Amino acid sequence: MPCRGVLGRVSGSSIGGAINVDTRVRLVIEFCADRVESEIPIQLLILLSKDWNMLQRWVLVFSLSLGAIRPTTQIRDRPGQYAQADIQYGSQIYSAQCSPCHGPDGDSIEGVELGSGQFRRASSDADLRTIVTMGIGGTAMPPFNFDAGELAGIIAYLRNMRNVDAVALGDVNRGRTVFEGTGNCMSCHRVNGKGSRVAPDLSNIGTIRTANALQSSLVDPTGSMLPVNRSVRAVTRDGTVIRGRRLNEDTYSVQLIDDHEHLVSLLKANLREFTVLKTSSMPSYEGKLSSQDLGDVIAYLLSLKGPR
Amino acid sequence: MTLRRRAPMLLLVTLIPCSTVNAQVSSERLLRAAQEPQNWLTYSGDYSSQRYSLLKQIDLKNVKNLEQKWVFQAQSLQKFETTPLVVDGIMYLTQSPNDIVALDAKTGRVFWIYHYIPSPTARPCCGIVNRGAAILGDTLFMATVDAHLVAVDAKNGHALWNTQLADPAAGYAMTLAPLVIKDKVVVGVAGGEFGIRGFIAAYDPATGKEAWRFNTVPGPGEAGHESWHGDDWVHGGAPVWITGSYDQDLNLTYWGTGNPGPDFNPAQRPGDNLYSDCVVALDLDTGKLKWFFQFTPQDPYDYDAVQIPVLVDAIWNGTPRKLMLWGNRNGFFYVLDRATGKFLSGHSFVDVNWASGLNENGRPIATPQHPGAPTYPGLAGGTSWYSPSYSPRTTLFYLSTWEGYGAVFAPAAADFREGQRYMGGANTGPIRGAENPNINPHGPINTYTETAGHGAVIALDPQTGKKKWTFEMHDVNTSGILTTASDLLFVGGREGYFQALDARTGAPLWKANLGGDIVAGPMTYQVDGQQYIVIAAGNCLFAFALRE
Repeated sequence: MPCRGVLGRVSGSSIGGAINVDTRVRLVIEFCADRVESEIPIQLLILLSKDWNMLQRWVLVFSLSLGAIRPTTQIRDRPGQYAQADIQYGSQIYSAQCSPCHGPDGDSIEGVELGSGQFRRASSDADLRTIVTMGIGGTAMPPFNFDAGELAGIIAYLRNMRNVDAVALGDVNRGRTVFEGTGNCMSCHRVNGKGSRVAPDLSNIGTIRTANALQSSLVDPTGSMLPVNRSVRAVTRDGTVIRGRRLNEDTYSVQLIDDHEHLVSLLKANLREFTVLKTSSMPSYEGKLSSQDLGDVIAYLLSLKGPR
Repeated sequence: MTLRRRAPMLLLVTLIPCSTVNAQVSSERLLRAAQEPQNWLTYSGDYSSQRYSLLKQIDLKNVKNLEQKWVFQAQSLQKFETTPLVVDGIMYLTQSPNDIVALDAKTGRVFWIYHYIPSPTARPCCGIVNRGAAILGDTLFMATVDAHLVAVDAKNGHALWNTQLADPAAGYAMTLAPLVIKDKVVVGVAGGEFGIRGFIAAYDPATGKEAWRFNTVPGPGEAGHESWHGDDWVHGGAPVWITGSYDQDLNLTYWGTGNPGPDFNPAQRPGDNLYSDCVVALDLDTGKLKWFFQFTPQDPYDYDAVQIPVLVDAIWNGTPRKLMLWGNRNGFFYVLDRATGKFLSGHSFVDVNWASGLNENGRPIATPQHPGAPTYPGLAGGTSWYSPSYSPRTTLFYLSTWEGYGAVFAPAAADFREGQRYMGGANTGPIRGAENPNINPHGPINTYTETAGHGAVIALDPQTGKKKWTFEMHDVNTSGILTTASDLLFVGGREGYFQALDARTGAPLWKANLGGDIVAGPMTYQVDGQQYIVIAAGNCLFAFALRE
């Protein structure tokens, strides 16, 4: 009694024109008494259903069931996983660093279709990061020395290339003008030796924050403030009120930079009151700056890489 | 009486302390270690592991007069986790990677240093650390990071024998202080992050020959093997990296075991995964398992049960009983009957949401959190290997804890490759982008908040499981605890403070800023009538005594 049965059930979206990369097929193989289920890309089912003769189809199916052939690594879209700001930041980096070889649409190298969302050597974001930072030995793909924010941007863009018009984040020079002018940012922040030290120095903020994180900080400073940047309010026994940004704290003492840029160390035993403030003193710029201005400021902040 | 006639008397007076100084550390002395509090003869002070001393020269009133007497600077920048031994005025401590240092316990001046160079293939998961030596007769024993057990002459620091226990390139390591009991040197192996197969083993003090070995992951035909599926047991973990305890009457030695492998992906190892996250009670003579108790079956959170088993004899429900007190990394405090392993009570001592409680047998009622939601306690646990203490005077159990501390666990499939990390996922702090404490020091800057957790010392009433008092710290706390017969409690912390508290109330009485992370347990001894308190902090060992 010959064994039989190859059943394909479409579990992703239907074909209709261009093949959606999300389209996968639940392949059910009934082979003798065994039943094997596997997800394969729709393209393979098409192969199965077109010009192959029966023997070829069986060889392929049997190989799949044994794991002898691995389908092209398939990447699913993950809507909402990547912040728009990161995608846009990544598009800028891509244009500058990747486009010279891969082309603006990611298809300049034969056999490589970055824009398709399919990667021959990567399935996870971690794989992509490894390839970008380590390069691919024996090929022209070099290692890139991106910082964390740049890497987050480039991954986000690679995942969304086909969906994104390469809109620039904004203009760095215009952003600087807003930062130093109407934004009044330097009344608290410092960049490359200019401005106040009351709030965190932003000279290297482009290396430690993603575009998305910067956008969040600008529109929701309190909600996105990290614990490292908490402000404190202390009242000494004689009633002196000290406000500042906490630099360090332990069980018995706290160290801060106060509103007059003095480094102050206080023993908690000598304080009448000590409060770690959860509210940021930075105003939200949502509505205060136009979306264009915000995009420009983010572009400027991302350009701040510290002394190199 | 003339000088001539007094001479024999003087000679006798002189000889007595001399004979004490030269006495070997017999197994009988080790059994009665608590009765000679001027010495510190085992990692935890004695076999009950209470880390409690009868010394009381330093007391509640004069502790404010403690001053630093000497400092020993380690030739290493690794974490300094040693608890020294003191034998009749001589201190033996270990420094990274695997040196033994003999020094004058009164002045800190060094007699000799034994250097052991571990294999470069050694790969301990979490620092090239060592927690101390053991002694029997005139021989010191040290477990090394490349999974060797070495014996060294306590007088001149020369090696006597060297036994390899396992392959360091496969992830086997040893960081614990051995426990010498009678004619056995007992140790266990670390490597739970590398998919080792853990074991506890006993060796002949004279030759280094293995006497018995207990596999903490049972193989085919061994009891408990049914708690594994297929070949999962081969890389099952269950390491042992902190020193056990011993009950002479029962002739049982107790050891805590660590996580199953891979750490964070229980889907890859269905079953209870015995004897991971257990306390095992082994017959000292044979290594046979008498009983076990598993704290965290099929552990998804790396909740090692690698804690010190604290043995206490007390009245329980009106009946004298041999108890074992256990503050577990999983956030629950347990009381067990150490003769039978019977679960007597269990209470959470920090925020816990991975289990809603324990059933009548002590098995957790698991409540896994949704993907992306924080689990409490986090990876480092509600406590960990840092030595707790029990004071027979206050009848309280003292524990270093991490309070309000959680982590988001993300399990993932892991392929086993010998000698490589076998984690099965990762974990992060509950606040994206924010610092989160972990087992490694990051100081001296600390800007954690209430959401990232903080350290504390808690005093628990074993009878009720309730906290008698809490001493909160701002940073997390990786320090062991020492209590004394003068109702003092000594503890450090990641902030670098070494402090004395009133063991009855938790009131702070004295502190010194030692400027470095304290990742060790304090100990005490007495030389020439002066009591010393010693603690490792940063890369130095500090000795304190009363101002003279």
